[in-house]
Amino acid sequence: MLMTSQPWVRWSWVRTHLHVIRHLVWQHLYLTLLAVGIGLVITFALAGLARAWRPLEGPLLALCGTLYAIPSLALFAALVPFTGFTTTTAEIGLVGYTLLILLRNLLTGLDAVPDEVRDAAKGMGFGRWRVFTRVELPLALPALFAGIRVATVTTVGLVTVTVFIGEGGLGSMLMEGFQNTFRTEELVGAVLVVALAVVADLVLVGAERLLTPWTRRARA
Amino acid sequence: MILAGVTLSAIAHWFGDAQHWRGGDGIPHRLVQHVTICGASLLVAVAVSLPVGVVLGHLRKGGVIAQNLANMGRAIPSLAILIIAVPFLGIGARPAELALVALAVPPLLTNTYVGMATVDDDVRDAARGMGMTATQMIWRAELPLALPYILSGLRTATFNVIATATLAAEIASGGLGQFISTGLEVNDSVEIVCGAILVVALALTAELALASLQRAVVAAPLRQHRNTRRPINQLEEPDDANFPDAA
Repeated sequence: MLMTSQPWVRWSWVRTHLHVIRHLVWQHLYLTLLAVGIGLVITFALAGLARAWRPLEGPLLALCGTLYAIPSLALFAALVPFTGFTTTTAEIGLVGYTLLILLRNLLTGLDAVPDEVRDAAKGMGFGRWRVFTRVELPLALPALFAGIRVATVTTVGLVTVTVFIGEGGLGSMLMEGFQNTFRTEELVGAVLVVALAVVADLVLVGAERLLTPWTRRARA
Repeated sequence: MILAGVTLSAIAHWFGDAQHWRGGDGIPHRLVQHVTICGASLLVAVAVSLPVGVVLGHLRKGGVIAQNLANMGRAIPSLAILIIAVPFLGIGARPAELALVALAVPPLLTNTYVGMATVDDDVRDAARGMGMTATQMIWRAELPLALPYILSGLRTATFNVIATATLAAEIASGGLGQFISTGLEVNDSVEIVCGAILVVALALTAELALASLQRAVVAAPLRQHRNTRRPINQLEEPDDANFPDAA
């Protein structure tokens, strides 16, 4: 077989294509960060809505759950007639998939804030906004960060699927390698996707530790 | 009403076309392909994860491995497995099944492990005190208590597998994803949307079936804890461990 006689990685190809690879890594990272960033903004808006009017919480989570249920390829494909083969199409889908994870974790984190803490803050004369930004949000950060980590790692994987609508980041290496039966391109693409997910996860762990120093003190 | 630029009447027309219900490209055949690929993958995944998760959870060992596996599973894109497996397993259903097994094992294994490992120590003591052997303890005390976790893992796995099998069409393994791939190729948005509808319908049907299975086999007092919302977390630690005042 032609394929199996190929070396696993042809390093000369990697050397001559470093600029392409670098570009795709950046594109992948950009698509991921944009999706998680927009997802976070929408999540905060939705959480605000759910907090302002409690009965909205169930339907909002159900809506995000339904969105989460649509197969990624189908969602991207179904958006094409609307927004074309564009970054917008990719981002609508990617953002949609982050919402359930982020919203559920943010709301769970906020729910777990003890009432006494909230009362104490109010007793100290904190208004609603200050209670949220100075007390509730910091205490909900560990739960929110767990959500951001899962959403980011998931999105890194999902970005590869956007190759079918002309985006894809490193996914285009996977697809191109597959179409040309060129194993080097497939493997390098796959390894870089996984590496990107792991590095992003580690960076988030570091960010969480920096932002929530008290959780370490409490555990020690 | 318009769905993603496609009118409802166009969708109705597509589904009404007798040609879409006949032969190798028809809905019934594609549905059977989809269900076969998903079913086979899930069977293999269950056969692998359940025994491992049950034994590790019973021994309360290897939790870190079980947990990291779930995270790793999230990090490796199915598309990558699918494509890299092709030269070894050939074009068709095999690489798809490998990718789907890899997708289904992490939630199944992690949930089985967590379900078994979080059984109350008092329950295990009582079972041991009644003279149960390890096997009896697993079958009669721990497994029934872990069942809600295991089944919710199965639901997650099934849902993801059905949705992701759509990608399999890209390497010529057929299934309902074929309508979406073909639609993308020939720029036929009606076919794309109809394919998506079919996949979502199948996923929801499986979800409903498994939900009622869960209701049927899980003991009534255990059902309520399924309703409490847990954060989607990397580590299954108690929620209040995250908060300073709990320490």
